[in-house]
Amino acid sequence: MAKTRRDFLKISSLSVAGIAAGGGILKSAVPSFKDTQLGNFGPLDNKRTPTYCEVCFWKCAGWVYKNDKGEVKKIIGNDEDPNCNGRFCPRGTGGVGMYHDKDRLKNPLIRETGKNGKQTFREASWDEALGLVAKKLQEIKEEHGPECTALFTHGSGGKYFGDLLKAFGSANIAAPSYAQCRGPREVAFIATFGDGLNSPEPTDIRDTRCLVLIGSHLGENMHNGQVQEMSDAIDNGATIITVDPRFSTVASKSKHWLPIKPSTDIALLLAWIHEIIHNEWYDKKYVEQYTFGFDELKEYVKNFTPEWAYGITTIDPNVIRETAREMANAAPSVIVHPGRHVTWYGDDTQRLRAVAILNALLGSWGRRGGFFVPEKLSVPKFPHPPFPKPKKTWREAMNGKYNLAGLALASGVCDATIPSPELDCHIRGWIVNGTNLIMTLPDQKKTIEAINNLDLLVVVDTMPMEITGYADVVLPECTYLERYDSLRVVQGREPNVALRMPATEPKYNTKPAYWMAKELSKKLGLEEYFAWNTIEEMLDWQLKQIGSSLGEMKRVGVKKMPREYGGLYFQEAEEIEFNTNTGKIELYSTALAEEGFDPMPVYTPHKEPNPGYYYLNYGRASMHTFSRTSNNPNLVDLMEENTVWVNPKVAKEWDLKNGQPVYLENQDGVVSEFPVKVRVTERVRFDSVYIVHGFGHANKKLSRAYGKGVSDSQLITRVLVDPIMGGTGMRGNFVTFRFEKESEVGS
Amino acid sequence: MRYAMAIDTKKCVGCADCVVACQTENDVPIGYCRDWIVEVTDGTYPQLEIEIRSERCNHCENSPCVRCCPTGASHYEDGGIVTVTKHKCIGCGACIVSCPYDARYSHPEGYVDKCTFCMHRIKKGQQPACVAVCPTKCMYFGDLDDPNSEVSKVLKQRKFKTLIPEAGTKPHVYYLI
Repeated sequence: MAKTRRDFLKISSLSVAGIAAGGGILKSAVPSFKDTQLGNFGPLDNKRTPTYCEVCFWKCAGWVYKNDKGEVKKIIGNDEDPNCNGRFCPRGTGGVGMYHDKDRLKNPLIRETGKNGKQTFREASWDEALGLVAKKLQEIKEEHGPECTALFTHGSGGKYFGDLLKAFGSANIAAPSYAQCRGPREVAFIATFGDGLNSPEPTDIRDTRCLVLIGSHLGENMHNGQVQEMSDAIDNGATIITVDPRFSTVASKSKHWLPIKPSTDIALLLAWIHEIIHNEWYDKKYVEQYTFGFDELKEYVKNFTPEWAYGITTIDPNVIRETAREMANAAPSVIVHPGRHVTWYGDDTQRLRAVAILNALLGSWGRRGGFFVPEKLSVPKFPHPPFPKPKKTWREAMNGKYNLAGLALASGVCDATIPSPELDCHIRGWIVNGTNLIMTLPDQKKTIEAINNLDLLVVVDTMPMEITGYADVVLPECTYLERYDSLRVVQGREPNVALRMPATEPKYNTKPAYWMAKELSKKLGLEEYFAWNTIEEMLDWQLKQIGSSLGEMKRVGVKKMPREYGGLYFQEAEEIEFNTNTGKIELYSTALAEEGFDPMPVYTPHKEPNPGYYYLNYGRASMHTFSRTSNNPNLVDLMEENTVWVNPKVAKEWDLKNGQPVYLENQDGVVSEFPVKVRVTERVRFDSVYIVHGFGHANKKLSRAYGKGVSDSQLITRVLVDPIMGGTGMRGNFVTFRFEKESEVGS
Repeated sequence: MRYAMAIDTKKCVGCADCVVACQTENDVPIGYCRDWIVEVTDGTYPQLEIEIRSERCNHCENSPCVRCCPTGASHYEDGGIVTVTKHKCIGCGACIVSCPYDARYSHPEGYVDKCTFCMHRIKKGQQPACVAVCPTKCMYFGDLDDPNSEVSKVLKQRKFKTLIPEAGTKPHVYYLI
C-alpha cells in the first residue's frame, strides 16, 4: 500500500451540506444495518433516563431530563452514586452542550486524493466507510500480521474496539491516561504496597485530619468525589498542606502553602521523610509489622535535613519541620496525596515512591482518614471464544526497556509506529477513539511522523479534533447521551455498578462505538466475538450474573452491593500479606533493585531555564476536561480561552499588561500557533508561568475553540522519559515571550 | 417567611457549577447568566489570600429594582423573593441600572431576567438548582424566620457579611467568611 503524506484535512464544507440535507443522501445506506439494533431510547416526556458521564474519567452516574419537545434539557447527579453523591461537576452539568454542539461530526468521512493531488474528505455511507476500514485492516494483517495494528482510547467506546482488536490478533491497546498521566504513581505504589491506586483513588479524604497535596490542584481539577470530600474535611477542621509553585485555589484553602521551586519535589519529600524518621514520629508498630527496609531507609535519609532541602526547594526549613509535624500529629489520618497527572520530570516513579514511603511511615495505608481498602464488583464478560495470542506487541519495540510498565504506553505504541532498523514489524494501522493524540501526546512532531508512516488511521470521535484531520476514515460517534455503553464498574468504598442508556436517538448520522465494532466484526469474520444480538441482551445477561437486570438498572441507574472481602480499613495488628516480593510494604524496593534502578528515591537536579525563560507549568480548569470540552457551548460560556499567568515582577521586566496578547516561544524555538492573553498575578512564582491545558485548537471546524488561547502541548517538545516505566515527563519545558510571531519563526 | 441563602467562601472553589446548573435548569440562553463567580486576590507573593464568591440577585428586602420598575413587573413574591413578571416587563432596563449588584440582564426575548431562587423548585420542596448541584456543598438555603432552617443555623455559628451593605438594600444573600 502506498504511503501518502497526510495533509491535515479540515472537515469539508460537504459535511455541512450534509446537515442541511438531514443526511438524506445517506439514508439509502441505513437499511443494510437493520439487523444490529440500537435498542430503545429513553422516554420522550420529562422523565429521567440513567447515564454515567463521559466528560471526564470520573464517570459520575446521573439522570438525563428532557424538555416537552423531547430535547435533552439537563443532567443531574444520581443520589445513590458514590462517585458524585447526586452532585455533578460543572462539566457533567454542562454535558448537554456536547449533545447540542453544532460542530459535531455528522457523517462518516473518507480521505480522497483528487486528480490534482489535493486531499479532501468526502462523505460516505457507514457501509462504505466500515468496508474500507475492514479492507485495509485485512491488508495489514495479510502483509504484516495483525499485531501491526493498534488502538488508542480514552473513552467508554474503546472497550468494544479493544475486543475487536484482540479478536483480530493485536494487544496494542493503549490509553494516554497511563504513560502521559497516572502511570508512574501506579508503578510506585505497586512497588511499595503491592497495589496500585486505580480510579477513583481510595483516598479517605472525608475522614482525614491532614491532606497534603503536591502539585495536585483539587477544585481546579474537578475530581468530583475528592472535591466533595475535601469540602467535608474543611468542615471538620482538617489541615491542608499544598505544595505548588502557584497559589492554586486549594492553596488558598490551606493552612500551609509551600511555593516550591519547580522540579525539586523529591528533595522536599526526602526532607519530610528525614524529619519523620529522625524525630521518631513514624508509626512504630505499623512500620515494624508491615514494612521492609526501614534501617536502609533511615541510613539513606540521614543527611537530607530541612536545611539541605531549603537550598534546593527554596522552602524555609522551619516550614518543612512544622508541616512534617502536622502530618505526624494527624497520623494515621493523613493523606499524602499521590496526585493524578504525575508525568513531570522523568523521575516521577521515584517521586511517587517517596510519596508512598511517606504514607507508609505515617501508617496511613489501610487506615481511616488515610487510604481505605477499595472493592470492585466482578462482572463476567458476555461469553466469546478465547482471543488469539498475538505473536508480538509494542513491547518488542522497546528494546527491553520499561518492563515495569503495567499497561501499554501510548507513547511507546507511537514510537513503535516509526520504522527503524531494530524493528522487523512496525505498527501500520491505528484506531483512535475519544483521544485527541495531537494534543495528548507530547512532542507533536513525533506523533505526526508516526501518523505519516501509517497505512490506515481511523478516528472515532464525536467532534472534529486535530487528530481527525489526519484520518483516512472518520467514524462519527454519537455522544454518551445517545447510546448504551458497557456497564460502569469501578472501585470504591462499596462495590457498585452503573448503567448508561440512550436518553434520545442519535443526532445526525452518528452511531455508538459498540455498533461500529460489531459491524466491523462481521466484515472481518470475527462476529463470534460479538455473539449478542442486541446490546440490551448483552447488558441484561451481564447484570443477571451479578443479581440485577437491565430492567432494574433502568429504574435505579446505580446499584451498590455489599462488600465481600472484609472492612474498609486494616484491623489493629491484622496479619497482612502485601503483594510484593517480600510480602511487606517495601520502603526499600526489591523490584526496582532487581531491574537495576535505585531502590530508594534519589533527588537529581533538573535543568533550569536560561535567563529570560520561565518554567512552563500547566494544569486544569474546573469547567474543562483536557482539550475535549473546549468547544462545548455551555462550558465555553464559562471559560473560552486560557491565559498565561505571569508574576508582576516578570510583567514589569517585559512591560506586559493584563490582557495583552503575546506569543510564547519554547527552549527549542517553537512559537505558539496563537497568541495568548497575559494575566498578571501574584499567584505565580517569578521563575514560572502557568497556563490551563487544552486550549489553542488549530482545527477551524471547532467554531468556538479555534485559535482561542495557547496549546501547552505544542510547546512541550522536550520530553523527559521515565526510565522505569516509560512515562513521558512534560514539565521540563521553558518559555519566553514574543510580541510578534512572523519575525521570530525559524530564528 | 423570609428566604435567604448563605454561601461559604471557605469551601467554594469557584468551579462555576452553579452557573451552568442555573443555565440548564432555567433555560438561560448561552452568553447570559443569573449567577456568576467573583474571585478576589489579596496580598503579594507569597502572602496571599483569595476570596471566592458565587454571586446572584441578593433578593434585597429594600430592592431598588422593585421601587424603580414603572410597570410593576419587578415585584416581591412570598418569602421576599424578587422576581419579574415577563409579560408586564417592557424591557426598559431601569431595574438593571438601579441594581448595585448588576444582577439582572436583558433577555434576548425582550424582558429582564434574573435569579428567582428557583421558585418553581422551592414550591416542590426542592433546593434551588445551584444549591443542589454544588460539589462543595458551600451553599445553604432556607427560611430566616425558621430558627431550625439550615441557613438560620449556619448564620448563628459563623461570621458572615453581605455585599455593599452601604447601599442600604438589606440583602438576603450572606457570605460566610
